[in-house]
Amino acid sequence: MSTHVPERRRILKASLHAMLAGAGCALAPPLPAQQPSLLTRPIPSSGERLPVVGLGSWITFNVGDDAQARAACTEVVKAFFAGGGRLIDSSPMYGSAQSVIGDALARLKHPQALFAADKVWTGAGSNGPAQVEASRKLWRIPRFDLLQVHNLLAWEAHLPLLLRMKASNRLRYVGITTSEGRRHGEIVRLMESQPLDFVQVSYNVLDREVENRILPLARERRIAVIVNRPFRQGELTQGLAGKPLPGWAAEIGCTSWAQVLLKFIVSHPDVTCAIPATSNPRHATENMLAARGPMPDQNLRRRIVADVTKLT
Amino acid sequence: MSEWWTYTLSDLLMFSKPTYFRLFALLNEAVWPAHLVALLAGLALVAAILRGAGKAGRLAAALLAICWLWVAWTYHAQRYAGINLAAPYFAMGFALQTVLLCWLATRRRAPAIASWRGPLGGLAFGLVLAALLLYPLFAAFDGRDWRQAEVFGIAPDPTVAATLGMLLLWRAPWFLWIVPLLWCAVSGATLMELRSPQAWALPAAGLLVLLAVFIARLRMRPLPRQHPTG
Repeated sequence: MSTHVPERRRILKASLHAMLAGAGCALAPPLPAQQPSLLTRPIPSSGERLPVVGLGSWITFNVGDDAQARAACTEVVKAFFAGGGRLIDSSPMYGSAQSVIGDALARLKHPQALFAADKVWTGAGSNGPAQVEASRKLWRIPRFDLLQVHNLLAWEAHLPLLLRMKASNRLRYVGITTSEGRRHGEIVRLMESQPLDFVQVSYNVLDREVENRILPLARERRIAVIVNRPFRQGELTQGLAGKPLPGWAAEIGCTSWAQVLLKFIVSHPDVTCAIPATSNPRHATENMLAARGPMPDQNLRRRIVADVTKLT
Repeated sequence: MSEWWTYTLSDLLMFSKPTYFRLFALLNEAVWPAHLVALLAGLALVAAILRGAGKAGRLAAALLAICWLWVAWTYHAQRYAGINLAAPYFAMGFALQTVLLCWLATRRRAPAIASWRGPLGGLAFGLVLAALLLYPLFAAFDGRDWRQAEVFGIAPDPTVAATLGMLLLWRAPWFLWIVPLLWCAVSGATLMELRSPQAWALPAAGLLVLLAVFIARLRMRPLPRQHPTG
């Protein structure tokens, strides 16, 4: 049991860090005193709070052995933690992304705030444990906070493995993922039948199918929701680039379209965390600011949908 | 995954355009001065085409075999595999083509190089020259750093383009066309997804040589027997 004490301490410290950042406390690094507080949401199964903006690694962190690009990714992770971020998400499917994250975490001396979320992605159930261990070594961490079955691939074998890992304290949370609206029927069935802590789905201003069934079910079943593809793989930010922000953007403290798109997502009460991916440290800082300040209400959310639809 | 058909190439392509082309800069830096050897190999190919004898055909096949093996190892296996999970399979494909080219270089009947004069030979020679001279300029046309230039014998696309030209000049057996044509499709689709302006180049070369082979075969087919009239 004693081996779990440092881990518990780490989690307490991380939660304290999020609370301090959330309160805009001067002890939280390195945010200006006037910074609005960081919005956090609880993971329903534990009550642990997570900042509503996390960091994805799809495409952006798959840079191979390129030392220069790896250094840039480290700067992204640094900016992310400086902005109060915690949850970083990856997958064995994302090429070198896990190793790049591990590299960045080591260079940053393993920030205490980290909430490590990864996935198991292999068609053969028997390969699951070896893949999880290989991923953990790439991240260079003692254990993952969250492991998810990637795109439900071989979930029949992987989900019991992850639940066993959780039962034996080798994992804190278990989840499943999908993207681009695939297999929502099966996602719903698993949400209804399995003891899940997290579900990860695609959701953005233009792709809102999850509002109908998955988000209400997550609330009902007390499952945390991670949102991927918040910018539709860059299509939305590219489509809106150069178009002036409407007047209402200032009302919710947005200085960029990326922030508007993120605030639309995290203002949904059933969303726990959105995970935008970027290779630009400035964008990472900008994304984290979307977790601060006023959020759009229902009327403004409708207006955001109408305006973005019109402009893209 | 039981729903593979719902995936588009963009779902499966796990790297960005800058990352993809940075690989060539890193590769060029790592293997320099191999470029000079590759240039000599390219010039030897041109000399072989101009000479056109059976021995020259063997030499050209052997040179290309070395180039394919070099690209399989230094590019696909050592670098591209770092960002693309499919790259080890590409390396295997390139290694297979190496074996086939070695067979061509060493088979009993020397692979004679057809004349480069005439439409078919001209197209083939043009492809080889484009692979050597035009491909390295694509980086500049795209506004990228010249260090990202794709060079024959070092990068896959110009190597494949030159090989297509040589296959046409050799009138090579069909099985030597499979890997180069598959690579035309793979590279074209990848670059299209990355929205690179050079995406059309290799698929267009592949289609052009296929069309040329098809037309040449039609011309060689004996004319249907004429019914006596009157």
